[in-house]
Amino acid sequence: MSHTASEETGRGSAAAAPAIEVRELCKTFGSNAVLKGIDFHVDQGEVVCVIGPSGSGKSTLLRCVNRLEEPTSGTIVVEGIDITDSETDLDAVRTRIGIVFQQFNLFPHLTVLQNLTLAQRRAKKRGKKEAAEIARKNLEKVGLSEKADAFPTQLSGGQQQRVAIARALSMDPDMMLFDEPTSALDPELVGDVLEVMKQLAREGMTMMVVTHEMGFAREVGDRVVFMDGGVVVEQGVPEDVLGNPQHERTQSFLSKVL
Amino acid sequence: MKRSTRRRLIQGLLYVVFVAVVLFVVLAADWERIQPYFFNPDVAASLFPEIVLTAAKNSVIYTLIAFVGGVLLGLLLALMKLSPVLPYRWFATGFIELFRGLPALLVIFAFAFAVPIALSWQPPGGSTGAGLIGLVIVSSAYIAETIRAGIEAVPKGQTEAARSLGLNPLWTMITVVLPQAFRIITPPLTNELVIIIKDTSLLFIVGMALDQRELTTFARDGLSSTANATPLVVAALLYLVITLPLTQLVAKLERHNKRGR
Repeated sequence: MSHTASEETGRGSAAAAPAIEVRELCKTFGSNAVLKGIDFHVDQGEVVCVIGPSGSGKSTLLRCVNRLEEPTSGTIVVEGIDITDSETDLDAVRTRIGIVFQQFNLFPHLTVLQNLTLAQRRAKKRGKKEAAEIARKNLEKVGLSEKADAFPTQLSGGQQQRVAIARALSMDPDMMLFDEPTSALDPELVGDVLEVMKQLAREGMTMMVVTHEMGFAREVGDRVVFMDGGVVVEQGVPEDVLGNPQHERTQSFLSKVL
Repeated sequence: MKRSTRRRLIQGLLYVVFVAVVLFVVLAADWERIQPYFFNPDVAASLFPEIVLTAAKNSVIYTLIAFVGGVLLGLLLALMKLSPVLPYRWFATGFIELFRGLPALLVIFAFAFAVPIALSWQPPGGSTGAGLIGLVIVSSAYIAETIRAGIEAVPKGQTEAARSLGLNPLWTMITVVLPQAFRIITPPLTNELVIIIKDTSLLFIVGMALDQRELTTFARDGLSSTANATPLVVAALLYLVITLPLTQLVAKLERHNKRGR
């Protein structure tokens, strides 16, 4: 299994190579510098929550990690593989990185089950039966077994996001990236999605979570990274960053959101 | 005078004008002469069953060839136009602009007569087959733009989700983008189909063998052999039998799409 390694070394172990290591990452859109030399890492089995005001570059950082955005300069190493190297088989690396988007991005023309089996079959070359079995296992995990044959538009936002999580999990990824997974949801639907994410964290999944849910960051995060203006301003264990922020910008941000 | 009274008065006046014009046309027309020339039952009966079994059938066959060929070639052109490879984009843009800018009749004419001579090429189906290739090319230029618009209308997040699951660009296009794009463009694509049905009539200029004749050619031959316009009227009715259900379908699909949003 793909995450036995992380289970053996334990959470946050310093001995293992980092799951994600970002060095000197810069990203500009035209003349607009969004990331200005980011150094960032996520260890095997670690849950890192990235917080910060909108426009701080936290989503861009997440999207650079599997090269949905092309970095302007810097290196990104995922499980020892340099993904900024043009020789890297990006599709193969991407099957090991699950991404959950703010807007769910389920495939509306396919049923829930087909959403979960499509990439398994085409990218992982799994057989129809095996893919469906894995898909049903993951649907059960997010509590939506009975929705296998529904279409995404027939589901609530919270259900759609849980299907999106199950879809990413069906590829047996080594790590999961969440890009503001609850920001597009009605408040009463946020809880179910966060519950699924907590469950994943308890199982030792390596996670990078860009979020505005401070409660989640405090409860589940091993480390909180505060970004502002394209740089990492402050990071550390949640109690320190959220409870006793050292930097003025962190204090000002937290006073607005808490 | 009250506003509502005035509005009703104007509406009433418009009705009166309409009825008066219709009455004048009906009464002034010489029905004794018009009826046997346009609606001659004997001439009409003599057209059957050939006008259906040969002419209408060929019209449908030519339409299907031009539409299916146009969609396949149009898809290729649309993908070329969206390609990151610059020469592909140039070629597709040039091809589309050229054949959308020319009259279909001229292109059909060129393919039926000029191209076979220039290339000393024996087209399958003779000049009819060559003219059909011209029609495929003209329709592909229009359909390419429709398909490109459809592909671009699929939200970017769909591609991002597919690629981040490890699907390569080809599978992403085939399994995620194109199915949604074709759903979006079903109404305009059906419109293209209706236009092609009518454009098959342009093939009459290639000069068809008897068994190759489509509706318009057949009707024109009927017109000259009987010195009577009834074949044109019958052909017109048969065109409507084919196109009206399709335009109704387009309207229904458009209503359906609006509801879906």
